[in-house]
Amino acid sequence: MGRGASDLLIFVGKRLLQLIPVVLGVVVLTFFITHVTAINICSQWYIHADKATIARCNAQFAQPILVQFFQYLGQLLQGNLGSSQFGQPVAPFIAQYLPATVELVLAALFLMIFVGIPLGVIAAQSSGRWADHLVRIFYLSGWATPTYLGAVLAAVFLAPALGLPTQGMYSSPNVPFHQWTHFSLIDPLLALNGAWELDALAHLIMPAAVLAFINMGIATRMTRSSMLEVLPLDFVKSARMKGLSEFWVMYKHALRNALITTTTVLGVTAGGLLAGTVVIEEVFAWPGIGQYAYQSIGAGGYPVNYDAAVAVVIIFAIGVVIANLVADVLYGVLDPRVDWR
Amino acid sequence: MGTSTEGRVVRPRRSVSQRLRTAGTRFRSSSVRALKSLGARLRVFWAILRANPLTLVGFVLVTAICVAALVMLVAPSWLAPYGPLQLTNTRYAPPSLQHPMGTDSIGLDVYSNVMYALPLDLGLGIFIAGVSMLLGGGLGLVAGFWDDPGTFGGVGSTVILRLTDIFLSFPSLILALAIVAFTGASVWVAIIAVLVTWWPNYVRLVRGEVLAIKHLPYIQAARAAGVTNGRILLRHIVRNVLEPVIVYFTMDIGTVLVVFSTIGFVTGALPFPVQTASQRPEWGSMLAHYHETALITSAPWLVLGPGGAIFVTVLAFSLLGDGLRDVLDPRSRRVMAAAGSLTSSGSKALE
Repeated sequence: MGRGASDLLIFVGKRLLQLIPVVLGVVVLTFFITHVTAINICSQWYIHADKATIARCNAQFAQPILVQFFQYLGQLLQGNLGSSQFGQPVAPFIAQYLPATVELVLAALFLMIFVGIPLGVIAAQSSGRWADHLVRIFYLSGWATPTYLGAVLAAVFLAPALGLPTQGMYSSPNVPFHQWTHFSLIDPLLALNGAWELDALAHLIMPAAVLAFINMGIATRMTRSSMLEVLPLDFVKSARMKGLSEFWVMYKHALRNALITTTTVLGVTAGGLLAGTVVIEEVFAWPGIGQYAYQSIGAGGYPVNYDAAVAVVIIFAIGVVIANLVADVLYGVLDPRVDWR
Repeated sequence: MGTSTEGRVVRPRRSVSQRLRTAGTRFRSSSVRALKSLGARLRVFWAILRANPLTLVGFVLVTAICVAALVMLVAPSWLAPYGPLQLTNTRYAPPSLQHPMGTDSIGLDVYSNVMYALPLDLGLGIFIAGVSMLLGGGLGLVAGFWDDPGTFGGVGSTVILRLTDIFLSFPSLILALAIVAFTGASVWVAIIAVLVTWWPNYVRLVRGEVLAIKHLPYIQAARAAGVTNGRILLRHIVRNVLEPVIVYFTMDIGTVLVVFSTIGFVTGALPFPVQTASQRPEWGSMLAHYHETALITSAPWLVLGPGGAIFVTVLAFSLLGDGLRDVLDPRSRRVMAAAGSLTSSGSKALE
């Protein structure tokens, strides 16, 4: 049984190695699915372009698909994600937008953990009674709400009632400090600017809350069922008999064991959270990858940006893979029965 | 589940003539037994529904929605007062008895269009979830049953699982959006795009279930009795995997509906308003259309109508599926029985 520091390194290292074939598979599949299905990209692309550009585009897509694939893979390894029909490279945009999306997803995850998990505990505590039913209606409502409807209702009716802003990351695009990290909560903090920090926080609340509400179900449901499994066990009874308060019994003793199962599920929600950003970022004008994706696939009257859309699919898939890795490692750390070697 | 009535009945010895007579009535008695066992199954199902009022609400809603969809296929005028393209004289009319969801900028009745979309949206949900269930479930059966390392089947199941892992990491919405965007928006492209990312969930689910029951004594006994692999798979494993898969399928119909309507919303894969009266609108495309043409503050019913339809339909299937999953999951079933939240007849029927 190995659970030392060096064993942990091996444990994480093994999983990192296992990532490589999955990521490669993601790239291969994305490339072939999108390239096989794409019809006549050049004419869609270069509506306003000169003849030379169109000819170059046609020549590129006339090559055998395997040749195209290895060209693309070579580009990818150099960090080149292609460029838009106007010749703008995609990679800098992704680099600029990625922090905003990561921030939004992490904020939603934070809400899911600190709202969704206690709700699951409450539901398990009062299993079969009205509080349980209310929690179930709440999380299934989130599940059943179309993302667009939830986002728009929150932006139009809820946000004004709460006095929260709904557009962008800051009240003004001209912020008085340098955006080193592009994380809206970290940049003003680095500049020691309290007013802008509060402004950034206020802008983050609404989109993160909607994203969390829509994806709350899995965390709450999983916490509820694993709590139900743990509650009748002897160690919970003995904690009660020791005279500990109900709160302490629930959150220190029972939840700690129930959470082990819940962490694995948080990896699964990553896909839902990332997909949710596509519509939510567009509605809340949040300058992240989701909005970039919305615009790249030609929604809302924007021209299709082929390379950007492929890049976003790959980035999101890698995001899901990484989330699963984190959940896997977390599970290994939390569950003392897992051997790290 | 439902095994309580299948216990062997010990009959007294009978004469040859009696046996011949009973042989003549065997067909009848077996159909009577089937009816009885169906009755027992229905009683169990009723006990499950009663165990949680929300499950019952979900069941009633799902039934109502399915009946409404069938009525819309057979006799649409019973439920929808106007045709999908029929113009009324009022524009931007707020909801009233005459127009339960109001009218839009050209005078189309929103409620009628929502109702006309119901069979299409529901059918898409059932179709996509159903094809994924058959495809993914079949692969899951294979990957779970023939997984001995070193054999041909073992290699096959490894390939299936690695492919599943890769497909599972695609966020289904975004890949589907990209495919629809590149290929041109059409219903079939959207359906295939969702299918591409949807089947892996069933592989995981079914394989896990198969692995869990594959080494149980009754399977070993069947194998010892010389039952062939194929027969064990079809008669002994599939029947026991079916329950969790159907429960998952129930919830999945709702999930597919939400994802598909989002694709409809973002890409406008289906035209709205419909081009000919024989076409059906789709809720996501309705949302997309009204999102562009009307301000949500001045005519909120335009967005709330189709959006509410998605919400209610998905909520109904989720309430039913979530409740069923609670009861069918053996762990939570045990807990619920211990907590006494099942009625006494219900828990007896469940044991």
